[in-house]
Amino acid sequence: MESSELAIEIRDLYKLYGPKPEAALGHIRSRSMRPEDSGHFVALNNVNLAIEPGKICVIMGLSGSGKSTLLRCINRLIDPTGGQIFIQGHEITHASTKELRRIRSSKISMVFQHFALLPHMTVLDNVAFGLRIAGISRKERRDRAAHALELVGLSGWNDRKPSNLSGGMRQRVGLARALVMDTPVLLMDEPFSALDPLIREEMQQELLRLQNTLNKTIVFVTHDPNEAATLGNRIAILLKGEVVQYGRPLDIVISPANDYVRDFVRGINVFNVLSAGQIVDPARPPVVLTGTSVTSLPISRSTAGPVAVTDGTGRILGVVEKTASLGASAADWQSALSQDYIRIAPDQLVAPFLEELSRNGRPLVVVRDDDSLVGVVTGSSVLKALAANSGVKSKCEEARQQPESKSAMAAEQRAG
Amino acid sequence: MDFTDFAMQVASAIDNFTNYVSQKFGAVFDFISAIILGINDPLTAALNFVPAWLVIVIAVIGGFAAGRLPLALLGGLGLAFILAMNLWSAAMVTFSLVLTAALISLAIGIPLGTLIAESKRMNAVFEPILDFMQTMPAFVLLVPAVFFFGVGVVPGVVATIFFAMPLPIRLTAHGLKMVEPEVIEAGEAFGASRMTILFFIKLPLAFKSIMAGVNQCIMMSLSMVIIASMIGAGGLGDEIIRSISRLQVGRGVEAGLVVVILAILIDRFTRRISQKIDPTA
Ligand SMILES: Nc1ncnc2c1ncn2[C@@H]1O[C@H](COP(=O)(O)OP(=O)(O)O)[C@@H](O)[C@H]1O
Ligand SMILES: [Mg+2]
Repeated sequence: MESSELAIEIRDLYKLYGPKPEAALGHIRSRSMRPEDSGHFVALNNVNLAIEPGKICVIMGLSGSGKSTLLRCINRLIDPTGGQIFIQGHEITHASTKELRRIRSSKISMVFQHFALLPHMTVLDNVAFGLRIAGISRKERRDRAAHALELVGLSGWNDRKPSNLSGGMRQRVGLARALVMDTPVLLMDEPFSALDPLIREEMQQELLRLQNTLNKTIVFVTHDPNEAATLGNRIAILLKGEVVQYGRPLDIVISPANDYVRDFVRGINVFNVLSAGQIVDPARPPVVLTGTSVTSLPISRSTAGPVAVTDGTGRILGVVEKTASLGASAADWQSALSQDYIRIAPDQLVAPFLEELSRNGRPLVVVRDDDSLVGVVTGSSVLKALAANSGVKSKCEEARQQPESKSAMAAEQRAG
Repeated sequence: MDFTDFAMQVASAIDNFTNYVSQKFGAVFDFISAIILGINDPLTAALNFVPAWLVIVIAVIGGFAAGRLPLALLGGLGLAFILAMNLWSAAMVTFSLVLTAALISLAIGIPLGTLIAESKRMNAVFEPILDFMQTMPAFVLLVPAVFFFGVGVVPGVVATIFFAMPLPIRLTAHGLKMVEPEVIEAGEAFGASRMTILFFIKLPLAFKSIMAGVNQCIMMSLSMVIIASMIGAGGLGDEIIRSISRLQVGRGVEAGLVVVILAILIDRFTRRISQKIDPTA
């Protein structure tokens, strides 16, 4: 039931710092005053975000752009000056102190940049802290905390103090403390930026591993573009309190909304964002094989390389490597069908499979869980995606690429 | 110009005022006296009832348990020196006065410091009062104490409380204000109430600062209790004043040394104990 509704919805959110924030907000909303003339610091300026359940939404921006403020508005550690926030459809912007405490312990948990562990409590007690506040019995909270510590790979450290742990381990405790609450929403404020680069990557992978089974709605703040690309299903880019772009990583990388975003995503390693569904080759539509007929033959038979073959309902039957010699006979196609291909899901990253593609020429076929085909990834479709990212395009390439990238996107939209 | 008349007028106005206050609020002063004597008298009696050797043994064992050999040695030798100087019972009187004054100072000071840290308004009210209290020279505090309580143990302890209280208030408030905002946010984010955050997060994390306040409070109490001998509080200060007035330099130095030793012992023991029970260690 809840799957159809948004996990978090933020509407027209403002946060102003200064002597009379409400009055100033009135002027800004009625457009009788520009934010910069209001005499107030506008930390959040008309933020709108819709976050789907089970997705990781990354909030990225320079230091001081309002990322932490936005995140803290979601659990109302900071009270917004105006606007609304809905968690699973329930408005929390006007919740009373008491309601708020209940919402915080049942719906939203949080991981902090500097871990924010309590140094006078053991690791286990730290993890159980939220449960203790929620009034869970001692036995149950200790069991659940121990389980959460196991989940993050820290069993055996229960009775140590946080000061005995390394930075990475401390943040695992921070993560366990949030996970143990079993909340649908997880807020993370630059949780890995205080860690060494190697540990940081390890933690990112750990988070993705956990997310695979936990399926939480995660709002993740970072200033590191590569971290954003690695983790985010969606990225919101914040500039001076405004969301200047909100979209999938690849869209942001390929078509940045302005120079600020362009500068930001320049550092993103494109292989971190290229998922299979996003780069299927539009020049390689599938062949449909139904009983005795063959339709949608490849437009140009001279195109060397494999095509995917589906049945009438779009389900994958196999691939055919050498199409040039085949006629329109269904039997010929049937006998040429091969199962020697790499099957990947639309949202899987292609990077790990590229070597196989280039060395052995095994086709990369993008197929959804229900066997329906999305398309085929080819060398040329990968190259096109890379070229689009490099930003160096000739005029004629640009002209040619426009419709193609659109159709690639359309293909992906069907995939996503 | 001669201001003698004017000065006398001011003095008599103050006299009238204090007389009025002590008559009007006599019950309050009686109450304060009762509390102070209620703590100090049994404590003095107990400390003088317990034989000196037993106190020394307890100090040695306690020193060993709380810390290590040096602390045990310090405790044993220090107390033995006091006994050898034949100043044991005077020292116990002083010690009892110090404990009484410090106990009351802390019982008021730590909660007040907490209140100041938690409330901006309380902070605004008490900040100037604390400034004023801290700029008062120790000596001057004796005057109002004598006005309201006469001479003896009670005014001595009252003056000492006024002298020793500002620092633990300040250090408690400081410790609470210095707690990392992120840790407090963590408490809030997991649904903790303000009281939960205060008792389970802020106070434990402010422990070091609060204990520094406790230590300072006791040390300042000791120095003030010695001065308060001038208004009849008794104890080691009496010995010093007596030897000064009789020009007995040797005896004065002995009593002075005992005060120093008592100060060192109290300081080292409270530090060590607070390290030992520090929850954040
Ligand atoms: N209490 C406050 N009063 C005034 N300005 C504030 C306050 N809190 C935060 N700010 C300002 O709001 C801006 C956004 O802060 P923050 O959300 O922490 O940025 P980020 O997390 O992106 O680095 C900063 O420029 C900061 O100076
Ligand atoms: Mg921040």
